[in-house]
Order: sequence, then structure tokens, then C-alpha cells
Amino acid sequence: MEKLKFVGKPETRIDELDKISGAATFIDDINFGPDLLFAAVVESPHAHALIKKIDVSRALKLPGVVKVVTGKDLPYKFGLYMKDRYILAQERVRFVGEQVAAVIARDPKTAMKAVKLVDVQYKPLKPIFSPVEALEKKAILIHPDLGGYPHVPWFFPKGDTNIAHWRKIRKGDTNKGFAEADLVFEDTYRVPRYSHCALEVHGAVGLYDLSGRITVWAASQSPYTQRNLFAEALAPLGITHKDVRVITPYVGGGFGGKAGVTMEILAPALATLVKGSPVKVLWSREQEFYNTYQRLGLHNRIKLGVKKDGTITALDNELIWDAGAYVEYGANVVNATGLSSTGPYRIHHVKIDSICMYTNLPPGGPYRGFGYSEMLFGLESHINRVAAKLGIDPVLFRKKNAIKAGDKLVYGAEMNPNGLIEAIDRVAKEIRWGKKERSKDPDKVIGKGMALCWKAPAMPPNASSCAYLKFNEDASINIMISAMEIGQGLLTVIAQIAGEILSVSPSKIRVETPDTDRNPYEWQTVASHITWGCGNAVKRAAEDARRQIFELIERTHHLKKEDLYLEEEQVKCRTKPDFKLPLKDFIISGIMAKDGTFKGGPVLGRGMFMPEFASTVSDPETSQGGHPHVHYTVGAAGVILEIDKESGKMRILKVAEALDAGKAINPDLVRAQISGGILQGAATALYEDMRFDNKGKLLNPNFTDYKIPTFMETPEEIVPIIIEVAQPDGPFGARGIGEHPMIPIAPMIANAIEDGLGIRIRSMPLTAEKVALAVAGNKEGCRMKQGSVSFILL
Amino acid sequence: MKQVINFTLNNEKRSVEVETGDILLNVLRDKIGIKSPKCGCDRGDCGACTILINGKSVRSCLVLAVEADDQDIITLEGLKGKEIERLKKKFLKFNSFQCGFCSPGVIISAVELLKKNPRPDAEEVKEALAGNLCRCTGYTSIIRAITDPS
Repeated sequence: MEKLKFVGKPETRIDELDKISGAATFIDDINFGPDLLFAAVVESPHAHALIKKIDVSRALKLPGVVKVVTGKDLPYKFGLYMKDRYILAQERVRFVGEQVAAVIARDPKTAMKAVKLVDVQYKPLKPIFSPVEALEKKAILIHPDLGGYPHVPWFFPKGDTNIAHWRKIRKGDTNKGFAEADLVFEDTYRVPRYSHCALEVHGAVGLYDLSGRITVWAASQSPYTQRNLFAEALAPLGITHKDVRVITPYVGGGFGGKAGVTMEILAPALATLVKGSPVKVLWSREQEFYNTYQRLGLHNRIKLGVKKDGTITALDNELIWDAGAYVEYGANVVNATGLSSTGPYRIHHVKIDSICMYTNLPPGGPYRGFGYSEMLFGLESHINRVAAKLGIDPVLFRKKNAIKAGDKLVYGAEMNPNGLIEAIDRVAKEIRWGKKERSKDPDKVIGKGMALCWKAPAMPPNASSCAYLKFNEDASINIMISAMEIGQGLLTVIAQIAGEILSVSPSKIRVETPDTDRNPYEWQTVASHITWGCGNAVKRAAEDARRQIFELIERTHHLKKEDLYLEEEQVKCRTKPDFKLPLKDFIISGIMAKDGTFKGGPVLGRGMFMPEFASTVSDPETSQGGHPHVHYTVGAAGVILEIDKESGKMRILKVAEALDAGKAINPDLVRAQISGGILQGAATALYEDMRFDNKGKLLNPNFTDYKIPTFMETPEEIVPIIIEVAQPDGPFGARGIGEHPMIPIAPMIANAIEDGLGIRIRSMPLTAEKVALAVAGNKEGCRMKQGSVSFILL
Repeated sequence: MKQVINFTLNNEKRSVEVETGDILLNVLRDKIGIKSPKCGCDRGDCGACTILINGKSVRSCLVLAVEADDQDIITLEGLKGKEIERLKKKFLKFNSFQCGFCSPGVIISAVELLKKNPRPDAEEVKEALAGNLCRCTGYTSIIRAITDPS
């Protein structure tokens, strides 16, 4: 490959000025004029109840109220992978905070006031908060009509139960595998729910204009998926895809929370009832916590068989997921993670049951890591414990069993090239693995821990990305894609990829945020697939433009197109060193022939990428066959942790994390993802904690009581390490790394606690309180469930 | 009850009619059109709405608009001069932002700190900015920008 000019370089972000000057426009910053209406919702106080009667008459009488809307007005279903949700509750509510009715008013205060005047009568039903209870035969049904719900073909819901999906994997013969083992060790691990806590809340504005077309402005990771779901849900009104337009300005953080469709459905749906006026729905921070997506909770039982030499012989992994009241997106977390629940290890005999349970808690959905953080908390903890029982160093144990390129994955396809071993070695070196360290403070100990991560993009086999690229007169470029800038630096990476192909500096390229009327299709900005998928589409669009340029020059200058190349915004020729033609001389105007006619014209590139090798067709009883995951990104993280023996308080002295980015298109941005992800992971490990009361109400839906990290919680030292083993089908070899940084952090810390204190904590978060209680000899310290409503999920 | 308040906003005299209970953040954003202060939590926890009143950083979601009467208010839009340009350059150099939603508040807090203490060390930055939440960066890149001696 010729030397790269822009790819692999720490190019300055092209969204810099927008974001540093205050110019960046987010959904709530857009002006909609004096005609703008505001909606607020009536929320269920019950976790599970039948709606007996709704009386809106008092609310309607309040001056300034334009409309009060109930489920009867909008009886439409929606959902990404399974249609199990309604815009407003119909007959039944399934979590505390669920929207039952909506008030549309002239101003937000009136809307809020009117909400309190809507009288809803309920007949409470028994709620279920534990996924294990939901699995019991006698459990009350949360979705009695589950058997009839439309869903994607790779889900297997069981009608007349609370099982929304069951991903079963059977590979080899686990009986044989466990019989071959010298040691079989089994235990359970628990992970509670977590909240994304993007600083910007969810918001959307819908307009059903007088001509009957719908425009939605939304804070979203998924403009096209939103358009599709809006059009599908509102199809009974005669609305078609071309009549729905979704515009997504900058997004103030996503982390998966703004993927798919949650509250945004209210904007277009309510707009259809007030034709001609825009309607705004903006969540409060409280609603952001309890009525968007939450990360799923997990009960995880792991049984691992190993030989004396450390070879893993068999794995039986049972994952029972608390997926909440609606699982239209969350069930795919269960599916995707289930298919990867061997962790990054080579295991011949495997039994996995990844079970998606409805519960009466808020809907579980995508959260950075898409289930892998939860799944690997157990497995990476278990690996350390098994290694210790064998007397084998846990790092050596991991290296011995680490999956390699070409190894068979649990569903039969082959593992992609990867730098897992290099990641392990470099992290081990950074944290001085094997060297016992002591704190200068006699009340403190130092523990070291390591954990591995892997994750594949979780996407339908036909998830596609597209790009249009148009040149301007001065050879600057505008690129239109529908991938979202959510903080990760996507716009810059896209500019680097296109700039590399076309020899144009990224500083001369604008990448526009999506408007579905103009920007071409993108499935969603999720799954850490955008650098790979959209990057491929953009590379193809740039190559398409380059091909047009070379063909034109061949036609006008009689040079062979194979001999042409681009350098510094000029067309050059390998066989004619004197030839130089600046792009700006012809890229819009074309090239004048001797007779005064022009050839060529404005150059427009078009690119598309779909992973045509992917398939979800497999045997539902074994998951054998198909190619459900396109590739895995792997990595390792290690920590030097200081722990106060008395208080249990922990301080991260040093954390190193190595991820295999294939090719870091922008190494600074990769390191930025690693630094941010480590802290987000550390917070879920150490203190973030959703607390529900025994009626299913979230007790801490704010930043005072649900603590996310502040400046004070930063680790003393962070070492991000980039590994580059090329992804053969990635743009310049790149694969995604956005979610991965936080995945290994929780088990890494759990392993460091054990290293320092000999305590194994099997339920997240690994709070100072749990550590202190465990040190104090309270054996229940790691399983404080009895009598404590705060741990109802544990 | 309605009331007219007069104040200096980004070095310009302004007057605006507000209700007694109106929150300053909402008045700045919805009545005046100053959009850099953001609402992230509406209870003073996140710092996204940070502005300067008489040179001191405050959470504008916790301030009544009537309290701004006769005061001097500066938002990110009104910060001018070499110092702020220098700080912005460092934010670029170290990638001290990702989604950008918290950036206006973070920059305001940093400006206040640097005025008092032009050469803060990392601990001083952490303490001064502990009220500004950022979910993306992990903070280290912001600390590096503010402590960078160049």
C-alpha cells in the first residue's frame, strides 16, 4: 500500500469549532416559532395493572390545553425486532412511569399541570421484578398475547410464558467435555441495571404539516430506523416512507440509549392529531432514567470444566436476563451476547442458554457493550477463580485458551484475524503483572487484575450503510451519510477515509448530520459498526468519484486511467511526470475540448456497503450454521488498584487497556474512546447503582442519587494501547472499538479486589460497602439481598 | 407576576420581561436565544448550564431570572480575547470534548479557574470542575488541556 497521508493520523476533529464555540445545535436548541406545542405524559404509578378508565374531562378544561390523547386515539404498535410496544398504553401498564396518556398544550407548564388533572383508574396486578421469578411456571403473564407478536426470524418467543426469546447454543457434547475435565467449577453472578446518563436528555419534535407529510427532529442515533418505525406504526393513517422525514442534529451523547425508538414515537404520533403545528416532547432527567432504555439486568450461572494443564474442556453458561416490560430491542442484546457467551476462548463443548425475560421494570435495551459487559463480568471473574484452583497464573490461563484466527466460533464460523495475545501481553507489561506491590499506607493493599473483552457488532445480516460524496468548485467536499456524530468523532474519521482516497485534506471536507430527505440510508449508529460499515461505504463513494475523474482524464487527455493517481488535490500520471491537473480546474466545470465543448461535469460519488456474507439462518435448537456476527473486536484491560481495608474504598492507580482496532483511522480518537469508556466502566463497577423500591419504582432517577463519575473520580493513570491486526474487509483494515473500552472493566476490578484482599464479589456494583463488609468477615457482604429492597434484582 | 429585568449580557445591556418564577436558564435560552448553556438535569447536578454572573460561575438552572436584575452575565457566546482562544486551541489539541453537550459549561468553569489561578495543577482542576459532568471523555483530556503549560 502507498504511504497513507490522512488515515492513521491524529487529524484535528472537523466538528471542533461547532462544539467549542457553542455553535453546535442540539435538539432543544432549534427554534420552532410561536406555533410550537408542548406535550407531557401521564405516567403509570403501577408496575403492573389493568387500565379501567381514563377521564380526561378536567384536563381538557384547563386553558391552554389543546388536546388530551389516550391509547384509544393511537392504537398503534411498534418495535424494532419485535412489535411489543404501544405508543400509549392499551388496557395494561407494565412498568412504573409508562406513558398512559398525553396532554398537548400551548406551553410546557400548562401541559404539566394538565397531566395531573387526568384521572386514570387501575386494577393493580401482581408485578414481577426478578427474571428468575418470571421464568417460574406459575408466574403471571406480562404479555398474554406474546405468541402473536410479529418478530424477526432469529427470535424464539414462547407464547403463554414470560420468555420473549431463548437463544440456545449446543456445540459438541458438554457431558463428554465435563467428563474429560479434572476440575468442574460452578457459580452464579449477578449484574443489576444501569443507566446511560448521556448529558443530553431525549427529545423530539414532530410536525404533521397541512399537506400531510411528517417531519421529526430527534436526538437520535438512528434516523433511518426511526423513519422506518414511524412509517410502519403510522401506516394505518395512510402515511408512507417518502412522507416521513427525520432530521437529527448533533446528539449530546448516546451510549445506545438513543438507538432505535423509545419516547420519540410520541412526536410524530401526537403531531398527527394537531395537524399544522409542531409538537415538542422533551424528557426530564427523571424520565430519562425510567422511560428510555436501561441496561439489562443479568442472573448468570456458569459451569466450567478444565484440565490440570489449564485447557478448558466444557462450558455450560446460563444467562437469565431481566429485559423489562418491553423487549423490542433488548431481546437482541440477549441474542447477540448469547452467541458470544464463550468469551474470547476456544471451547469445544458448549451449552449456552441466553433467555430474555419480561419483567415489570422499565424496558431494557442497548447500552454501550450490548450485553457483553454483563456477560463477561461473570465469565472473566470465573476464569480467574478456576485458574486459581488449578494453581495456574490467570494471565497464562487466558493466553492458553485465547481464541485465535481461524478457530471455530460457537456457531461454526471462523474467528477473524486478531491481536488478542498481543493485547494481553502489552497490558500485563504495563501493570507489571506478576510483581506484588505494597501500599505505603499500612491500611491499604494493592491488588492487580486483568480481564479480556470481545464483542461483535450486533446487527441484522442486511444492515447497510450508504454515502454520497459531492465535490465543490474549490475541490472541497461535502459528504452525506446517515451515521450519527454522537461524540465519537465519526465525522472526522469519515473525512479522513474519503480524504485519503481523493488526496483532499480532511479540513476541506464537511460531513453532514442526517436528514433522511437528503442523506442516504444508514441502518443505525450502534454496534461499533460505523467506522467499518459506513467507513466502507464512504471509501467506495470516494473510489467511485476517483474512477469518474480518471475516466474523464483518460477521455480528454488520452492518458491510461491505470497510470493516473491523485496527489495533493491534483491528477498525476505515473508515466508522464510533468502532468498535473488540479481537481479544482475541472471537478465542477468539466474540461474544455479544442472545439469549445465541455466534457465531464460535477463529480458525485456513491457508495454502499452491506455484509453479504452474514446470515442468521441456523438451527434454533443448537444455533449451528449461519454467520450471525460479522467479526469480533478483542482486547484486554489490567489495573493496579489500591484498596482501603477499613472502608473498602478503592482508587485506580493505573489502568491499561489494549484494543485491536484493526487500523486506527484516527489514533487520538481511539485513545479518547478508551479513556472515556474505562471511566464509564469503572463507574458501573464501583458505584453506579439503580435502586428500585418493592413496587418497582426507581428511587434514584437523578444525578444526586445515581452518581456518575465527576472529575474527582478519574484514575491516576490511564494507558490506552492500540493494537492493529487488520480486519480484512474493513476500510484500511479498520474495525470498531466504540463500545469495547468499558466491557472488561468490571471483572478486571473484581479480579483486582480478589488479588488484593482474597475476597470474591459476585454481584455488581463492587461497592466499597461490600468490600468493607466482606473484609469485616460478614460472609453475606457479597450477597446482601435479604431484607434490602435496594437489591431486589440481586 | 410579570417583571422587567435589566442586566448586561455578554457586554450588551438587555432588558426582558419575565415571570417571577422563571428560571434564568430558560429565559436565556427561550426568550433571548442564548443557547450555549444547556439543561442536563434541571437541579444543579451536571453543570451543563454554567454561566458567569459577575465573574463567578453559577448553575443557571438554579437561579431565578429576577435575581439577574442589574447583574453582569457572560456565557460562552460572550467570551472573547486571547485567553479564551488559547484555551479553545488546547481543547482541540487534546480532544477535550466528544459530544460537546457539556463543553460550554466546562469551558466557563475553566475560564473562571484560570482567571484565579493561571497555572493550575491537575488536582486543582479536578476540584474546580467537579461540578461539571461529562459522560464521554473520562475527563483526563480536559485536565490535560487546562494544565498544559504551552
